[in-house]
Amino acid sequence: MKVVIGQGSCGIATGARKTSNAFEQLIAEKGLTDVIIDKTGCIGTCYLEPIVDVYGDDGALEARYVKVQPDKVAEIVEKHLIGKSPVAELAISAEDEAFLNQQKRVVLRNCGRINPEKIDEYIAEGGYEAVKKVVTSMSQDEVIEEIKISGLRGRGGAGFPTWFKWNAAKQNPGSAKYMVCNADEGDPGAFMDRSVLEGDPHSLIEGMTIGGFAMGATEGIIYVRAEYPLAIERLENAMQQARERGFLGKNLFGTSFSFDLRIKAGAGAFVCGEETALIASLEGERGMPRLKPPFPAAKGYWQKPTNINNVETFANVPWILANGGAAFAGMGTEKSKGTKVFALAGKIKKGGLVEVPMGLPLKDVIYGIGGGIKQDKAFKAVQMGGPSGGCIPAELIDTPVTYEDINKTGAIVGSGGMIVMDETTCMVDMARYFLDFTRKESCGKCNYCRVGTKRMLEILERITAGKGRDGDIELLEELAAKIKDGSMCGLGQTAPNPVLTTIKYFRNEYEDHIYNHKCTAKSCKALIHFEIGDKCVGCTKCARNCPVDAISGAVKQKHSIDQAKCIKCGKCEENCSFGAIVRE
Amino acid sequence: MTCKNHNCQCGGNAGQDFAELAPVLDQYAKVPGSLITILQKAQDIYGYLSIDAINYISERTGIKAAKIYGVATFYAQFRLQPIGKHLIMLCKGTACHVNGADLIEEAVCEHLNIKDGETTEDGVFTLNNVACLGCCSLAPVMMIKSADGEETFGNLTKDKVKAILDDIRAREA
Repeated sequence: MKVVIGQGSCGIATGARKTSNAFEQLIAEKGLTDVIIDKTGCIGTCYLEPIVDVYGDDGALEARYVKVQPDKVAEIVEKHLIGKSPVAELAISAEDEAFLNQQKRVVLRNCGRINPEKIDEYIAEGGYEAVKKVVTSMSQDEVIEEIKISGLRGRGGAGFPTWFKWNAAKQNPGSAKYMVCNADEGDPGAFMDRSVLEGDPHSLIEGMTIGGFAMGATEGIIYVRAEYPLAIERLENAMQQARERGFLGKNLFGTSFSFDLRIKAGAGAFVCGEETALIASLEGERGMPRLKPPFPAAKGYWQKPTNINNVETFANVPWILANGGAAFAGMGTEKSKGTKVFALAGKIKKGGLVEVPMGLPLKDVIYGIGGGIKQDKAFKAVQMGGPSGGCIPAELIDTPVTYEDINKTGAIVGSGGMIVMDETTCMVDMARYFLDFTRKESCGKCNYCRVGTKRMLEILERITAGKGRDGDIELLEELAAKIKDGSMCGLGQTAPNPVLTTIKYFRNEYEDHIYNHKCTAKSCKALIHFEIGDKCVGCTKCARNCPVDAISGAVKQKHSIDQAKCIKCGKCEENCSFGAIVRE
Repeated sequence: MTCKNHNCQCGGNAGQDFAELAPVLDQYAKVPGSLITILQKAQDIYGYLSIDAINYISERTGIKAAKIYGVATFYAQFRLQPIGKHLIMLCKGTACHVNGADLIEEAVCEHLNIKDGETTEDGVFTLNNVACLGCCSLAPVMMIKSADGEETFGNLTKDKVKAILDDIRAREA
């Protein structure tokens, strides 16, 4: 039998290593010599971690256990591994199983199934077959044609056709060319690239090698975020194994094609998602964008033809070459083909990674797969595209998830982060949050981006502090237009989007803040006050926890808050066991 | 660039021999585009980038110290001040923000009596807000990094954070 424990970053964060150790210890104690313990990457159901799969001797999955903390290990070992009967109470529910079954997995095909540290498991799933076919039997143009047929578009944000970039880099003359992978997933709220790097690093290596062959590169560079230490470790291990098997290095598969990879750890700069800024960073400079043209396909890394795609884009490539571009194009819609991975997070019941064919309505993702909103509160909006994207309101929940349809709402598909918000999320505060982010991350090259985001942030800060002025909304709109026009790269050009979409769909919230001094979502501290309602039983807990002694009242009597003393710290609300503290 | 004046504040005479950093520079000093890699390795060794370290790197690579300083201050990863034994990387990504990362920050700040970027007086903790740790489904999240490696904590609450910090402090005592 085999016990497989999911050990991506999120699994480990919930205690998967402790669970794994508990299994090891107990299995050794019981002398179960026929049980193998193994690990795998993230399967996507982050809300159920740690996850333990038990496979029978025939290799069939016998049971998938969820939320397995170390205290549950003994029962599984006793009843299932020794007693041979699965423990139904600890297994995944049919409802949660639906989270996985409604998906179509191309990018995540191996994540959560194979051990990412063993190349043989990747090979057993057909790994490195596609690159072998490409290198030994196809021409560069044939590979590019296959990608063109597939309709694959860049999954990092802009959605540019992949074949076009590869072809441009191929056609530009030069003996040295570079294939670069952007694994600097900087968009806060997206983590699909981390999952692929940690759970299926070989698919990235294979995808990059195929791309390298198509454009005529002999060297590839993977630019990974320093915040992903586990990803770097597994990637290094995978590259080493690939070299040992002859999948990387000189004269691959006995041909004249040579290709190798190296890792460059990023140092934390969101602007490096911009191609030319990433190249500057690779060259050891400050990550500031350069003027285009020349495009990287002509003059990129060290002025040589360079192509950059992100992790998810590359992870699609081996599948496309193995199954044919037409099979990929058969999924999705007319202009947005294939599948896309989304990172569901925020106020959602079942957060995690989901991969679905493009064109599925937002509603099916949020309610169908994600199970709806936490505590069944009202759905207010979903934020897509991170700091470059926008908030899509509840009334547009039937929007199909395609590049074109999402663009029409003012948001973008971006790298696929979907942050779900409920009635308690203040949309003005959301806009303030993103502007705070872009203001910090602006590289400072363009005036409008550097100073403009700061000015917009100041306005948003005063609105959320209850000091908004008549004309602020119009001023925000004017600044937004100028920043879009006056910035050289995508960061500045899209930075106003979170503000513009929230003004477009939630103008009433801005007006409430400015003219009525009210926060619609009752979230901005400056615009609310706490009161004690009729549910109060007089337990005195709030009064004891109040740091400024603003709460008074006798035992078993309804308490009250002295508003003049109250500093709105919210300690009473946190500590009340009866839900008696209300925000007004 | 060793300074002969022993009272000088230029940092050229701190007396560090950079024995650990020297092999890194042997390997990378003349490889174009390696500055960020060198700075990362220097920070791994010393915990931060001192003026002396920057001057030493400048001397070995021929890159002007001002330019190295420019690169070091551009990227969020680099620190110019020493840090505590445990670096708290508190995630301020979107999902964490929506799920109350500000409250978690408040709890850390109150409990340790430091602000973002500061180190506790006993040198045990440094708090750094970071953009996104990529564990969005477990928001709010923090990662604590020390010489023993890094550990990620998810689904944080104010109480949970305090317990985690107390636990580390007890082990350090």
